[in-house]
Amino acid sequence: MSRGHRPGHRSRGREGSPSSPSGERTLVLPGEEIRAQGLKPGPGTYRTGGKVYASVLGLLSERPPLVQVIPLSGRYIPKPNDTVLGTVTDVQGTFWLLDIGAPRWAPLHMTGTPWQVDVGETDRFLRVGDAVVVQVENLDATGRIGVTMNGEGLGKLEGGTIVRISPARVPRVVGRNGSMIDTIRRHTGAEVVVGQNGRIWIGGSPDAIHRVSEVLRIIEENAQHSGLTERIESYLLATMPTDAKGPEEPPVEHAHRDAPPKVLPTTDVDEDAVEAEDDTPEPVEPSER
Amino acid sequence: MGSVGAKEVPVLLSPEGLRIDGRKLDELRPIHIQVGALHNADGSAFVEWGANKVMAAVYGPREVHPRHLQQNNKAVIQCKYNMAAFAVDERKRPGLDRRSQEISKVIGEAFESVVFAEEYPRTSIDIYIEVLQANAGTRCAGLVAASLALADAGIPMVDLLPAVAVGKIAGKIALDLKKEEDNFGEADLPMALVPQSGRLVLLQMEGHMTEPELSQALELGVQGCRDIYEKMKQALRERYSTGPVGGSA
Amino acid sequence: MSEEVSAEILTTHILDLAAEGKRLDGRGPDEYRAVTVEPGFVATADGPALVRIGDTAVLSGVKLEPGKPFADTPNAGVLTTNAELIPLSNSIFEPGPPQPGAIEVSRVVDWAIRAAETIDLTRLCVTPGEKTWVCYVDIHVLDHSGNLIDAASLAAVSALAHATVPAKRFEIADADYPLEVNHFPVECTFVRLGDTIAVDPTFDEERAAQGRITVATDEVGRVVAMQKGLVGAFSPDDVKDVVRRAFVHGERHRALAKGGPK
Repeated sequence: MSRGHRPGHRSRGREGSPSSPSGERTLVLPGEEIRAQGLKPGPGTYRTGGKVYASVLGLLSERPPLVQVIPLSGRYIPKPNDTVLGTVTDVQGTFWLLDIGAPRWAPLHMTGTPWQVDVGETDRFLRVGDAVVVQVENLDATGRIGVTMNGEGLGKLEGGTIVRISPARVPRVVGRNGSMIDTIRRHTGAEVVVGQNGRIWIGGSPDAIHRVSEVLRIIEENAQHSGLTERIESYLLATMPTDAKGPEEPPVEHAHRDAPPKVLPTTDVDEDAVEAEDDTPEPVEPSER
Repeated sequence: MGSVGAKEVPVLLSPEGLRIDGRKLDELRPIHIQVGALHNADGSAFVEWGANKVMAAVYGPREVHPRHLQQNNKAVIQCKYNMAAFAVDERKRPGLDRRSQEISKVIGEAFESVVFAEEYPRTSIDIYIEVLQANAGTRCAGLVAASLALADAGIPMVDLLPAVAVGKIAGKIALDLKKEEDNFGEADLPMALVPQSGRLVLLQMEGHMTEPELSQALELGVQGCRDIYEKMKQALRERYSTGPVGGSA
Repeated sequence: MSEEVSAEILTTHILDLAAEGKRLDGRGPDEYRAVTVEPGFVATADGPALVRIGDTAVLSGVKLEPGKPFADTPNAGVLTTNAELIPLSNSIFEPGPPQPGAIEVSRVVDWAIRAAETIDLTRLCVTPGEKTWVCYVDIHVLDHSGNLIDAASLAAVSALAHATVPAKRFEIADADYPLEVNHFPVECTFVRLGDTIAVDPTFDEERAAQGRITVATDEVGRVVAMQKGLVGAFSPDDVKDVVRRAFVHGERHRALAKGGPK
């Protein structure tokens, strides 16, 4: 049986595309036949006997020339250029291994950092348990997905806390054109680094951290329900500290050495993967209450 | 399983063709499914099937431990079936026994036949099946629960794997034996079906049947599997329904 | 070991919160997560109970079978406790022989049951020197999200409180009868997070903890077991404080263990 998708390139809803005409997205299960309508089988599908079937539980998505299924569950599958948060699980002479919530650990080579690291000195820079923001590169010689720390917004994380959500929920946390993450940042003053792997770093006052954590929990539990944006906004407004003057700018002190990354570029957000909310309202300014 | 002792053989089939629990020969026991019952596993499912209670969990794909078990071109699928000490009438000593090892092997092989393991080289997909309460057909209930757990974990597969056991009681072919029927019946034939292809990836038989009986049993079992398949799909849809907009069929 | 490494940042954050008397899930240092006890979950056990503490879920089953008494205690029944930390409950577990964690849970639960004389073992004796009831308490951890000891002991005691001696089935008497339970020990586990000693740790809190202490109490004011675990230290004043708190929590959970249909 031939399969119409390349291993290791499972889409998490990354390329932008117009929604299907009806605005609906169909839930499909493994083994269900997919009407391909002249499209080629893509990730999450397989072809046999002249027909195309879903191989994972997820949402059917037509992206000409491909038809694919976007998984609704499961571990994070790395894709080149993703920004992810990882925890160091092993230190070797010339590299570290990071747990990024993917099926395999990701190697970070000593040359993939802005530091001057000598062979055997790796543990002076990163130890087991340290958390970092890195970018996914490509498969290395051993079949692992390599990552790099060279780049803007990447680096070691200090302070704050890390919250985990399902990777399938990340587009919801970012929102259409970054609207949701923008709302969260402005209403809490927190620094937030969102990893495509569902790991999210939050920095700021304990109160800000708590409120952002709550918002993430609400999104995780209610992502498929409509009215989520309003619900988040009500929560943020209801829990605004009494001495707040309104949405704040992020604090000048940055929790890690490099500048915090901006909101993820819009091309990284898949319109289809954001659960249908036909008209996402503009974030409400507190003064407009 | 269960202590037989000096009990009388129960009447397994009434003159009206009804079994000891009132079912007809081709009827399944009631099945209740809860997908995502556990918090820590990547995928999980709890299945109540007649008086069986089975929990399945999937972890993976993840790094292989120990390293030497890893395969260069695909994921290693490891399946462990286990019964709780209190799951059966006569307490079962905790620990691996031969029956559990055999069942682990055949269930693991069934999944190896349908999981796209080549997508995850050098990883392992670990399937754990725990029988909390047993009443015949635990390997089929375990397989069904594990299949749902794999879907819940986002593991790519050819199809879900419905499974059921067909038996022979009082000379008649019967679907989905319960404990007394299994203990006093003449044959037990568990099977698992890949609905997409119509083929079986698990098939075993204990007991004896004639050729015509076997043909009848296979047909009955395949139909039973198709009915179970519908229940499995419904349980997954309920768990993953996307609400009023963009919902499932 | 497929042990998942926890981020240092999370540990630091948990300790920072603790310094202000706060916890990740918003609880106070002396608050339990939601505790539920469901007796009768498994029909094949003589006394079953499913206990949930937050996301942790533990199933316990009691099974009573006739057997031989030990040679040195011919008039007494046999009680044995076993906990299984099965791999499906958390990614850190691997299948195989019991790990130290499982053995510790089994033993701490067992001590409390024995010391409190939960069951009068002489009442289990059928014929001295020849036949006695053997009472197996089997504990099956289904979901490990912290504080297994409390969940396991609550499940064990609830199971005993609802157990039936299958005397008729084994033809020892004319009818089955309820297992006689005289005392109800309840365990209460605390962890040190900096200077704060917090009750009912989650999995992450156990990882961040600098010491863990469990105290078992019964309904007549006795302390019936203690176990200090993990790496860390407690002063005698700390110990007195947790004992006092353990009695309060114990009362509440005891009511849960005894409740429900028999």
